[in-house]
Amino acid sequence: MKALNEYTDMRAVYADTLIELAGEDERVVALDADLIAANGTAEFRRLYPQRMINVGVAEANMVGVAAGLSSRGFIPFASTFGCFATRRAFDQFFLSANYARRQVKLIGTDPGVTAQFNGGTHMPFCDMSLMRVIPDLVVVDAADTVSLYKLLRQVYAHPGCVYMRMHRKGAMTIYEEDQEVTLGKGIVISDGSDVTLIASGMVMVAEAIKAEQLLSAEGISAAVIDMHTIKPLDEELVGTYAKKTRAVVTCENAQRIGGLGSAVSEYLSESCPTRMRRVGVHDEFGEVGTQQYLQERFGLTAEKIVSAAKELIALK
Amino acid sequence: MEAQERAALEDKARTIRKMTIDEIGYLGVGHIGGAMSVIDILTVLYYKVMKIDAENPSWEERDKLVVSKGHAGPAVYAVLADKGYFPQSWLHTLNIGGTNLPSHCDMNRTPGIDFTTGSLGQGTSAAMGIALGDRMKDIDAYTYLIIGDGESQEGQVWEAAMFAAHYRLGKMIAFTDFNKMQIDGEVAAVMGIEDIMGKWSGFGWHVQRIDGHDVGQISDAIAAAQQEQERPSMIICDTIKGKGFFPGEGKVGSHSMAFDYARAQEAIAQLEQEGSR
Ligand SMILES: Cc1ncc(C[n+]2csc(CCOP(=O)(O)OP(=O)(O)O)c2C)c(N)n1
Ligand SMILES: [Mg+2]
Repeated sequence: MKALNEYTDMRAVYADTLIELAGEDERVVALDADLIAANGTAEFRRLYPQRMINVGVAEANMVGVAAGLSSRGFIPFASTFGCFATRRAFDQFFLSANYARRQVKLIGTDPGVTAQFNGGTHMPFCDMSLMRVIPDLVVVDAADTVSLYKLLRQVYAHPGCVYMRMHRKGAMTIYEEDQEVTLGKGIVISDGSDVTLIASGMVMVAEAIKAEQLLSAEGISAAVIDMHTIKPLDEELVGTYAKKTRAVVTCENAQRIGGLGSAVSEYLSESCPTRMRRVGVHDEFGEVGTQQYLQERFGLTAEKIVSAAKELIALK
Repeated sequence: MEAQERAALEDKARTIRKMTIDEIGYLGVGHIGGAMSVIDILTVLYYKVMKIDAENPSWEERDKLVVSKGHAGPAVYAVLADKGYFPQSWLHTLNIGGTNLPSHCDMNRTPGIDFTTGSLGQGTSAAMGIALGDRMKDIDAYTYLIIGDGESQEGQVWEAAMFAAHYRLGKMIAFTDFNKMQIDGEVAAVMGIEDIMGKWSGFGWHVQRIDGHDVGQISDAIAAAQQEQERPSMIICDTIKGKGFFPGEGKVGSHSMAFDYARAQEAIAQLEQEGSR
């Protein structure tokens, strides 16, 4: 693999990591449902034609086949757009993969507003919510190239099923290559004392970092946490920062119902009641537009995070 | 088909192709391949066959059309604009934030669209429900359905196929846009669907196979399908992906393609030249 900060597409990090894993472990196989071209795994197919299984436009079948392959000792990574990965194949993933205790790594691409021109039918706002209710499932949304690479290696090693959201186009590198990244442990990007911004995924971690700068310019000290693993949630870190700042804003490129904001508030309300705001999609369907238009349209911006943070501070 | 009628329909199809290229080219990217391949089918349906009223898109007695391969929306929008369902100027709003013309067909945004599609396979079941619903309401109308060949890999298509035959949906007339291509390559290489005629007839459907770019054959096949009272009908249409959009015609890469407005105008000019030959 080349240096992680040289990648310009997250899908290329995914593809190269998968190729690396396949070289090390012959149990690693990849599946897709007619989106190899979109998900960027053509090179994997070229190198390992026998281990790339294209099921055609048939997501439910893909997840079922992956579960069967897992029963024969393979470690399947099955990818398609996040909407179809979670909605179309939900029962297959729930039962054949999770309830049957197989090891299927489901990769859902084009998270939230990044589905852009594909519009409402293709815009996964509820994938995180759907996946979070599956018992024991690990749910991940990496924000940068370094954490994506390191998390993918842990996803591979995890002895169970995983749902991972993945950006296709565009990339962001926040971390140095030696950054410690652990599945289930949030990363403190910047420390702060007035408010904590907990974000997941590339779009909203970027907005949270921007918000921290805007707040800092106004003399407000915000901590920023990259909560790449939504389940299991790093409760210890959430609790520590809730106590420290007594104000928490969650930031997600998804429905507010059931996702990161829900996870954080479920924990805090029972263990450490803390004033919160959840920046995310307010119970709406997606629609077409550019990412910029859609971020404005659904309120997924640094400005929204800033005003949520200020509201909380005013209530202190 | 009379030569005059054929010429008129062919001319109309060419107009719709030009409008579709212009529409997608104005935005700069889109599903041009699968839009261009269905245009002759759409033209025969909208300009010869379907009982519809552009003034009254929700007229109960109308024939209905479900374009289950919802990414062909831009081709349908060109037809609907030409028919007067909405102003032609809307075509330049394709996929712009707030538009009434999203990439995939949306019945709540676009006048004249009978069902919301985009998640492949789902339009098939919905179309069967529409056909059954019209029959239950004693409405004498046909339900038309267009699916893709790649789309035919979805299990739901076959659940719907079984359903339609069991419920004797004789007023269901479906088309497979058999352009032999999907995103990852040729259908035969990704996940073969042949023997496609055998599959549909095995599911209890009346099946025909025609040249999907020949308006005469399309028209005759629909007429034959209408003769079938008991069985639903499938018309397998051999087509060419990107038909009439020369930079992408017959290419897998035409599925979703970026091309600017100048390139679109060149392609339109080329198509015009072909028409005058
Ligand atoms: C359920 C579902 N899975 C995947 C997609 C993404 N997708 C859009 S078009 C397409 C290929 C469809 O091929 P085909 O039906 O042959 O379409 P055409 O060649 O007519 O454009 C795919 C996989 C989708 N829209 N819906
Ligand atoms: Mg096709």
